[in-house]
Amino acid sequence: MRQANFHCAGTAPGAPASALFNYVLGLADDALVLGHRLSEWSGRGPSLEEDIALSNLALDLIGQARLYYSYAGELEGEGRDEDALAYLRDEHAYRNLLLLEQPNGDFAATMVRHLIYAAFLVPYLQALSGSADHRLGAIAAKAAKEMPYHLRHAAEWVIRLGDGTEESRGRTEAALGELWMYTGEMFAMDVAESGLAAQGIAVDRGTLKPTWEAGLERVLSEATLRRPVDGWMQTGGRASQHTEHLGRLLAEMQVLHRAHPGATW
Amino acid sequence: MAKPAHPPADVTHALAPEEALARARAVAAAVVDPEIPVLTLEDLGILRGVNMHEGRIIVELTPTYTGCPATLAIRLAVETALAAAGLKAAEVVTQLSPPWSTDWITETGRRKLKDFGIAPPARRTAGNALFEDAVVACPRCGSTTTRKISEFGSTACKAQWRCEVCREPFDYFKCI
Repeated sequence: MRQANFHCAGTAPGAPASALFNYVLGLADDALVLGHRLSEWSGRGPSLEEDIALSNLALDLIGQARLYYSYAGELEGEGRDEDALAYLRDEHAYRNLLLLEQPNGDFAATMVRHLIYAAFLVPYLQALSGSADHRLGAIAAKAAKEMPYHLRHAAEWVIRLGDGTEESRGRTEAALGELWMYTGEMFAMDVAESGLAAQGIAVDRGTLKPTWEAGLERVLSEATLRRPVDGWMQTGGRASQHTEHLGRLLAEMQVLHRAHPGATW
Repeated sequence: MAKPAHPPADVTHALAPEEALARARAVAAAVVDPEIPVLTLEDLGILRGVNMHEGRIIVELTPTYTGCPATLAIRLAVETALAAAGLKAAEVVTQLSPPWSTDWITETGRRKLKDFGIAPPARRTAGNALFEDAVVACPRCGSTTTRKISEFGSTACKAQWRCEVCREPFDYFKCI
């Protein structure tokens, strides 16, 4: 990857640099981890069109991750570029949501995970577009244009699978049930992020919950599926306490870069 | 492309600043998209500005999609074209805001897309409705009896459609 030069960093004054760095890093890790998960489908999609679709979705997220990582590296100011942040951190330094590191499972599980997250990310990015941090707002505004296609694609599949055969419905329901305990973390905020939200830099996640619920409900009802009942919500990703799955994902993603540091082609 | 016997001299500072900028703009505007080689950067609407800053020419480009691999190729093509035109004190920077919209593709660009076999993007309305599709005319026969095969195509910016009248599949430039 090549570092892009940017005009007008525009960091909001008064924000503690480390809080902003951690926040941007979390957004970057979210995008990269989900993007990598989707890229695992490349060459294995259930049809040629779907194979292309999943790779395109992955490409959008990895592109967004690069913008966040580049910015995070500049905020930190210790010379780490996007590659160093993506490839040379271990799982206990990653800050992504647990939902996004969950294995792809079958195609239904991948689409359910994507629906849950895209229904959150679309309104989240729209809100973040107005961030007091102009660089962050610009990245969000860019990403906000790409994500509605993700939401629509995942929604169409969940409807087709949920309101489909006994087999497809069973798998979709099972995925919804298994992933539900990771949905609470999308709305959790630590003290640092709350501080950034108070300054208009980050977004108060809780305010987006009604929008997320309404969007999801619309799709689930059309899919004749019922929303699972809220139970125990597993969190920890933002504090770098991950499920067993992230380590394996990173091992595969990072091995080439670590075996051949600085390699280019 | 044959290499010139002698690389061109740097004329950035030999020219009047306005002249250097005009030349840089013309050179950058004429660079073509590597994925859709009928479109220039001007047609695509991704050339956001050409300015002089501390004696260097700054060319501002905006990406179409964040993950588009053509972004780097375009950047290198602009740098190469500027150097070939003798404008060596030049730099290409990425400008993210405001985000690119398919509405920025020029009328000429839309016509070229259609002639190339790619249906031009619908005009942006009030955002992307969850389950609505634009009416897309077949770039070959003009029929609007067309059907989306997949929202995602050969590049990030295209979807796959098919014409139900002439039965030909075609690419549609997605609206963002």
